Amino acid sequence: MNQTPRPNSFRAGPDEDGRFGIYGGRFVAETLMPLILDLQGEWEKAKNDPAFQAELKHLGAHYIGRPSPLYFAERLTAELGGAKIYFKREELNHTGSHKINNCIGQILLAKRMGKTRIIAETGAGQHGVASATVAARFDLPCVVYMGATDVERQAPNVFRMKLLGAEVIPVTAGHGTLKDAMNEALRDWVTNVDSTYYLIGTAAGPHPYPEMVRDFQAVIGAEAREQMLAAEGRLPDMVIAAVGGGSNAIGIFHPFLDDDGVKIVGVEAGGKGLQGDEHCASITAGSPGVLHGNRTYLLQDGDGQIKEGHSISAGLDYPGIGPEHSWLNDIGRAEYVPIMDHEALEAFQMLTRLEGIIPALEPSHALAEVIKRAPKMGKDEIILMNLSGRGDKDIFTVGKILGMGM
Amino acid sequence: MTARMDKRFASLKTEGRPALITYFMGGDPDFETSLGIMKALPGAGADIIELGMPFSDPMADGPAIQLAGQRALKGGQTLAKTLELARRFREGDNDTPIVMMGYYNPIYIYGVEKFLDDALEAGIDGLIIVDLPPEMDDELCIPALEKGINFIRLATPTTDDKRLPTVLKNTSGFVYYVSMNGITGSALPDPSLISGAVERIKGHTELPVCVGFGVKTADHARAIGAAADGVVVGTAIVAQIAGSLTKDGQAGPDTVASVATLVRGLASGVRSARLVAAE
Repeated sequence: MNQTPRPNSFRAGPDEDGRFGIYGGRFVAETLMPLILDLQGEWEKAKNDPAFQAELKHLGAHYIGRPSPLYFAERLTAELGGAKIYFKREELNHTGSHKINNCIGQILLAKRMGKTRIIAETGAGQHGVASATVAARFDLPCVVYMGATDVERQAPNVFRMKLLGAEVIPVTAGHGTLKDAMNEALRDWVTNVDSTYYLIGTAAGPHPYPEMVRDFQAVIGAEAREQMLAAEGRLPDMVIAAVGGGSNAIGIFHPFLDDDGVKIVGVEAGGKGLQGDEHCASITAGSPGVLHGNRTYLLQDGDGQIKEGHSISAGLDYPGIGPEHSWLNDIGRAEYVPIMDHEALEAFQMLTRLEGIIPALEPSHALAEVIKRAPKMGKDEIILMNLSGRGDKDIFTVGKILGMGM
Repeated sequence: MTARMDKRFASLKTEGRPALITYFMGGDPDFETSLGIMKALPGAGADIIELGMPFSDPMADGPAIQLAGQRALKGGQTLAKTLELARRFREGDNDTPIVMMGYYNPIYIYGVEKFLDDALEAGIDGLIIVDLPPEMDDELCIPALEKGINFIRLATPTTDDKRLPTVLKNTSGFVYYVSMNGITGSALPDPSLISGAVERIKGHTELPVCVGFGVKTADHARAIGAAADGVVVGTAIVAQIAGSLTKDGQAGPDTVASVATLVRGLASGVRSARLVAAE
C-alpha cells in the first residue's frame, strides 16, 4: 500500500515542494522564503493565464525569432559517415543563445509581481546579455554579477551588457567564476528583496526556478519534436545537449522524456580531465549536496566544501547542475558523459569549417559527443543536438589557444 | 531546550538583563587560537557562544565573515575540528551554551545522524542553519529536536504575521531576529524599528527573542538590549580578529586579548541596557 508507484511520466515533476526525487527543494535563507513562495504563486497563475501565454508567444515569434530552425547538417553527417545529424539552431535567436527564452518569460513575471529592479548572474555572459536585453526592452534597471575571471575571458559580452545599459559587477571572491557570481547575486537579493527580481539563468536554484526555467526553455524541445516529425516522419534516436547548470539541455530533453525510443545524453565539461579538480563534471565525478537553494550533484570535498571547477567554456564552469538532471541520471532516463576541453575545441573548429557555423564553446561539448557517437550509429539513425549558442563571444579565447595572434 | 540554555536564560531573567551572544568563526585563523578565543569569551562577558562553521559559499554573509571562513578553511578547519573545538571548550566550561551556526552542506556530507550524536557528545546546545527554512524541517530540524538539540530559527523583516507561526513552529532555544534584510555586517537600522519587531514576535512566542546583524558597539548593544532578550555580535568580533593578524594572516600577539577587550565593552553595554530602558 505504501509503496511509491513508478511514475507514469518522467515529465510530471517536481512535486509541490519542488523535489525531483531527493533533488531540488528550497534551501534558502528565511529572508527569501516569503518571496520565493510569492514567486511560486505568481508562476502558477501566469502558467494558466492565456494572456501571459499569448504575450510570451508573441514576443517569442517577433522578438526572439521563434521557432528556431531545425537544420540537417549534411556535410558533418557525410564526414562522420554514420547517423544523420540535426541541429536545433538556438544560436540564431536574438542575443545569440537559448538564454533569451527564459529571460523573456521571467521578466514578464517580474513585471506582474511589480518588481522594479532586475539582478542576474552570468558565466559566459550569454545570460547576462539576455537579461540586459530584456531589461532594456521592459525598461527596468539591471545589475549583472559576473566572476572577474569571466569578465576577462568574455570581454565582448561584457561590452554588450554595458551597451544595453546594464551595470556589470565583477566578483573577485573565490575563483571569480559563475559560482561566485551566484553567491553575490544571492547576497544582493537578500538585501534588496522588496524591490528586486532575481532572474536566474539556469534550471537550478530554489523551487520554483528549476521548474520555471525548464518550462520556459521547453519550447526548444517542443518545436524540435514537431520539426523532426515534419522532416523525417519520426522522432530522433538520440538527443544530445551540453550541461552546465543545464537549462538548454533540460529545455530540449523534457518534451522527449516520455518517448521511450529516444536516448537522452547530457554532456558535462570534462575540462582537463576527471583525475584532478580541473573539470566541471558534477554528475560524472561529483556527489549529491546542497548549494544555491537546491540539492543536486556537486563538486565538493569530503568536508562538504564546494570546489572550484574548470572548463574552457565559461558557461559550463559551474560546480553544480540543475536538480532535474541529477534525478534523470539516478533513475537512468538520461546518461551524462564528460567531454574534455581539447575535444570541444576540435569540435568547434570542425563545425566552423564544415558547416560555416561558429558554435559557442558550450554546445561544442555536445558536438564533440556527437562526433564520437555518430560514426558508430547506422545511417538510418538520427541524432538531434541542441546548438544552444553562437561562438562570436569565444573567438578571442579560441584564437588565443590556437595561437592565431589577434 | 537543553539544560544549559534553560538555566542561562533563567539566570539572565533574574539578573534583569539581556544576553550577550558572541559569534566567531571556528578555526579562524587556526584551531589553537580559535580555542583560545572561545575560552576567553565567557570571562569577558559572553553569555552564549555562537560557533561558526566555515563554508566555502556563505551566501548570507558579508565580506568580514566570508574572509573569516576562508582563513579557517585555509588553516585546515573541518566540521569535525569545529566539533572538537566545542569538546575542548567543554573540558573547562559546562555552563555556557554553545550554538553552532553555518550552512547545511557540510552537515549533510558529515551525515545528519552522526553529526547530531557527535554534537550532543561535544556539548552543543543548539544549531542555526541559515539555508534550512521551515519548509526543509525534515532535513535536520526535526532530527535535532528529537535528540534534544535546539533548532534556532532566524526571523527577518520579511517574516510577516502570516508566516511567523510557520517559522516559530519548530523553533526552540531562542528566536534569532535578523534586524534587516541583508547580509551579515551591514549597518544597524533604527533601534526603535527593532524594538517594534521584537514586540511583534513576542506576541507569538514565549521564547526569548535575540537580535543580531549590525550590532558593533557597546552603544548598539545597549540600545538593542533595551527591548531584546539577547544581543548577537558577530562581524565586529570577526573584524577584530582580522585586524589583529600578522601580515601573512597568522595569529598576532594580541589576537585573543583584543577580542576579549572588545567583548568586555559589549558586555558593559548589555549590562546597562535595561537601565536605559527604564529611563
